[in-house]
Order: sequence, then C-alpha cells, then structure tokens
Amino acid sequence: MSQSLDAYLVVSGILFAIGSFGFLARRNAISMLMSIELMLNAVNLTIVAFGAFIPALNGTASVIALMVMAVAAAEATVGLAIVMAIYRNRRTPLVDEYDAMRQ
Amino acid sequence: MPIPDTVPILGISWGDVLFLVLAAVMLGSALLVVTLRDIIRCGLAMIVAFGALAGIYVMLGAPLVAAAQVLVYIGAIAVLILFAVMLTQAKNAPVRLVFQAQALPAAIAAIVLAVMIALTASATDWGAVTRRIATGTDALARLLFSSYILPFEVVSVLLLMAVIGGIFLAKREGRDA
Repeated sequence: MSQSLDAYLVVSGILFAIGSFGFLARRNAISMLMSIELMLNAVNLTIVAFGAFIPALNGTASVIALMVMAVAAAEATVGLAIVMAIYRNRRTPLVDEYDAMRQ
Repeated sequence: MPIPDTVPILGISWGDVLFLVLAAVMLGSALLVVTLRDIIRCGLAMIVAFGALAGIYVMLGAPLVAAAQVLVYIGAIAVLILFAVMLTQAKNAPVRLVFQAQALPAAIAAIVLAVMIALTASATDWGAVTRRIATGTDALARLLFSSYILPFEVVSVLLLMAVIGGIFLAKREGRDA
C-alpha cells in the first residue's frame, strides 16, 4: 500500500476535501485561512507523491513543493494581516458579518 | 531476536502500518481542525496534521521537504495563526454557532469531491513505477541553484513584498493617518 501512488493520491484527495469543507462551512475568518492551509498541504502532498513515483519528475517535484511552501507562507502573512485590519474596524472575526458592501 | 518482515498478526508490511497510522492521524486531526468549536484547539490540531504530513514526506523519500514542512508550517505559519487567533477573539463575545447555514450542503459537496478524486486517482494509469525513488538533498540543492535559480530569487522578492505588505496592513494607524 505504501508502495503505490494511488494510496497517497487518495489520502491527499480526502485532505483537500476536508479543507474545502472547512473553507465553505466555517464562520470564522481565521478558521477559513486554516482550511486554505490544509488544501495547500494536500496539493503539496500530491506533488511530492508524483515526484517520488515518476522518475522524470523526481527532483523537480521537491523544488515545486518548496516553492509552494514559500508562497503559502506569504499568503498566510498577508491573509492574517487583512483579517487583523478588518477586525480593528468591525470588531468581529466572523465573515458573515462583513456585509458593508451589501447595503 | 530478529524483527519479522511483516507485522505478526495482521500480515502487512511495516511500511504500510506506518503509512496507515500517519494518514489516519493526519486526516483525523484535519477533521478536528474543521469541526472543533474552540479555535485555539483547531490551531493545535492543525499542528498535529502538519507533523503527520511531514512524516509522510519522509516516507516518500523527500527529507528536505519534510524539514521545510516542520520549519515553515509548524514553526512559522501555525505560530502566526495562533497569534492572530489570540489577537482577534474577543473575550466577552457571545458564544455563537461555529458553522454557516450552508454547512450541510458544503459537507455533501466535500464528500462527493473526496469520492470523485479517490475514484479518478485509482482508475487512472499514471505510468508510475512501483518503487519509490528518494530525492537526495545534494541533487536537490544542485537543481535548485542551477535550473531553478530564477524562481528561487523571485520567491525571495515575493517574501519581502509579503513582509512589507503584512506590516503595512496590520499596522495600527496613527491619529491623522
């Protein structure tokens, strides 16, 4: 099982689905950012699994995975800063109360 | 006493057992991340999920990616998220519902997505070899600093931009700013 690509792909697909559920269902903005991190990790697992099982992709996959991690760190920084800025104005971290543009 | 090749009672190999345990820990704590009420506990469960994923990277023969996972995700992103949680959760806020009204359709959609990905992944012939190939850190460093030197430098500029943008956005504004 641990010697087949399919098992890793299935695990990463389930992780991605869990992350997408969290992003769609949670009310807290920081919970939604955590769910995005879970989805990014699922994609990273897929990339590394392909790199480990397909010889032509062997070194490149690790390079791409490291790049994805750096971009994820940048995304978390800016996303959390935006959440903090909105929190200072609206005094709530819940996304369904951010309705200023709806009125 | 020599260690047998397979697990004595179950009859499967040790690698499979390790993979199953790591995958179960990772998926279980990921479920806790999206379902727990207390958001601090969500963040702590996320750290467990990241650690188990680092173990899976080691199993896949990518030790540098596993080390970067521990350093970047557990060391930086998880701490950043926990700080943001502590700064944005009001102490006297009333206990509210955790989920949106669309949680049930979202759960159904997520289950359908997981089943579809699983079926597609196992039905497709990827042309993969059955033996894992480890990625040596030496070869990876040579690749990163020769073929991929331009993306590497662009990522460093991106991180600098993210730092400046994060400070600008999160900065407390002055009286007249």
